[in-house]
Amino acid sequence: MTDTSNLVLEVKNLKTVFFTNSGLFKAVDDVSFTVSRGETLAIVGESGCGKSVTALSLMRLVPDPPGRIVGGSVTLEGSDLLALNEAGMRKIRGNRISMIFQEPMTSLNPVMRIGDQIVEAVRLHRNVSSKEAQTIAVEMLRLVRIPEPVRRAREYPHQLSGGMRQRAMIAMALACRPALLIADEPTTALDVTIQAQILALILDLQKELGTGLVLITHDLGVVAQTAQRVIVMYAGRKVEEASVEALFAAPKHPYTRGLMASIPAVPASGVAAQERLNEIPGTVPSLVRLPPGCAFAPRCKLAIKRCEAEYPPLADWGGGHLAACWRAAEVAEVA
Amino acid sequence: MTGPLLEVTDLMKHYPVRAGVLRRQVGTVHAVDGVSFSVGVGETLGLVGESGCGKSTVARSVLRLVEPTSGQIRLDGEDITHLSKTELRPHRRSMQIVFQDPFASLNPRMTAGDIVGEPLAVHGLGAGKALEARVEKLFEQVGLRPDQMRNFPHQFSGGQRQRICIARALALDPRLIVCDEPVSALDVSIQAQVINLLIDLQKQHGFSYLFIAHDLAVVAHISHRVAVMYLGRIVEIAGKDELFRNPRHPYTQALLASVPVANPLAKKLAPLVDGDVPSPVNPPPGCAFHTRCRFAMERCRTERPVLMDAGDGHQVACLLNEGTGRSA
Repeated sequence: MTDTSNLVLEVKNLKTVFFTNSGLFKAVDDVSFTVSRGETLAIVGESGCGKSVTALSLMRLVPDPPGRIVGGSVTLEGSDLLALNEAGMRKIRGNRISMIFQEPMTSLNPVMRIGDQIVEAVRLHRNVSSKEAQTIAVEMLRLVRIPEPVRRAREYPHQLSGGMRQRAMIAMALACRPALLIADEPTTALDVTIQAQILALILDLQKELGTGLVLITHDLGVVAQTAQRVIVMYAGRKVEEASVEALFAAPKHPYTRGLMASIPAVPASGVAAQERLNEIPGTVPSLVRLPPGCAFAPRCKLAIKRCEAEYPPLADWGGGHLAACWRAAEVAEVA
Repeated sequence: MTGPLLEVTDLMKHYPVRAGVLRRQVGTVHAVDGVSFSVGVGETLGLVGESGCGKSTVARSVLRLVEPTSGQIRLDGEDITHLSKTELRPHRRSMQIVFQDPFASLNPRMTAGDIVGEPLAVHGLGAGKALEARVEKLFEQVGLRPDQMRNFPHQFSGGQRQRICIARALALDPRLIVCDEPVSALDVSIQAQVINLLIDLQKQHGFSYLFIAHDLAVVAHISHRVAVMYLGRIVEIAGKDELFRNPRHPYTQALLASVPVANPLAKKLAPLVDGDVPSPVNPPPGCAFHTRCRFAMERCRTERPVLMDAGDGHQVACLLNEGTGRSA
């Protein structure tokens, strides 16, 4: 359904596992998706669902050992990233594909000026003089709407506020005009008014530069406001994929539905005093001891015998709306 | 008893900023800058604000975990602001706290049962079998199994750990529980479980909550009244329905507008405020919000607005709201 000529990223059957003392666990298990030019794909899920490991796998940054990508392919602009050697990957990383992280303070070098950090990224990938790179750095800081970019370029990360640091990170990530930007919980550490600013900025720049965007978040509100398509992950698997409109209008997977029901909403016109929320009982299962069937079955109201025995395949419910649930047809009627 | 359970009047907490070899004071952090509010019996007051607005300092001052610079804290009508440690001890029983990070607030070397039983032992309220029976009961109340009493904190998930913290707070039958961001570290599906538990427990026991959070939606669900803080001051306080339906302070409006709505058809992510929160070391004169406010007038830069009644128990500190005027 997506135009293949516009495809920036194609991930097929990605599998990333970790070898630990307590056993092998599949952090990412058979996950496939695509991202087109200028498109925003959101990956949602709770902690431990594999969304961040998916991102790290795309960047080939999974710590090895204990982790390893054991299967699948990651195709960026036609070339398979998993087939590249480390030197080849280094040419791509920060150049064609870059990433911004949740906590800007830990991902910036604390003893290097902001401007110099951007210069470093630029000069690594582009054949420009130090002077030209300086100009580019200041231009990038201006692009991410940092006031007084010339002065800020000479400052160190600790002199910037959290929001400003995240802007600097974005400037660095976009300095080489990558085809794909991965944002892993880019606003989770920020206050809500700053979050709104940063999300608006990312979307503006994406439109301006035509970058493909993979946005990883746990916040369904952020998903609704930014993405065109959404992947829902649970215990390492993709359990649902749909356009953002279809997903919020009619979620097919009981987990997605439960997640949506359990988020407290800011009432537009007031709520009754102390409204109980719908909760999903239980907790996320340990990835080391996953049940043979659907990993969500122990917490699912709709679970039947079959759910515990057999993992449900991803089925297409029309218009590219995929869901892995034996009872997807009944989800809408029951809840 | 007719008065409020907790009454805080003009609370201030300033921290000195020291620098240089002589550690001379070079400035003052105005963490809490004149805050007044009250919490009724069986009521939940939500306290919202962004990082650095002083909401946690308020929480800790109320419990006398930090000593307020000035102001008054009354619990059940009695002034506890200047009580000595020993005098304070009986009052400590009626005030408990649940912290944000259930990983950092539980002793990793103690079993869950010992953690929950410790307050009882400290206050001499039980020992041996009686203590164990009480702890068992507390475990059941918060949705944990009594056989988990022997387990250590690391054997519990985040949500379960927060339940242990809640059980510990419940142990002494407090009248006020201060919750400092109790669900911020939890996953969405677990968040709902803990919020529901807190609501249920309040209905059973009738205690009051001072509920501190940065997440407006969470506060909206659990509170009866909500106070909004900005840079050490309360800028608006009202009944929950009234506040969300009719926010009057431009900051409250911006805060509400910044929350991303989980509905793709209502795309509106337009930031209403630019810039960052100013430093509490040198808060701007006049209204602290004037540097980011869309409606700021000349007077806002010099005159500090005070909380004024806007009807229906709705109070707002904004010059635009003088008289019956409404902003926006």
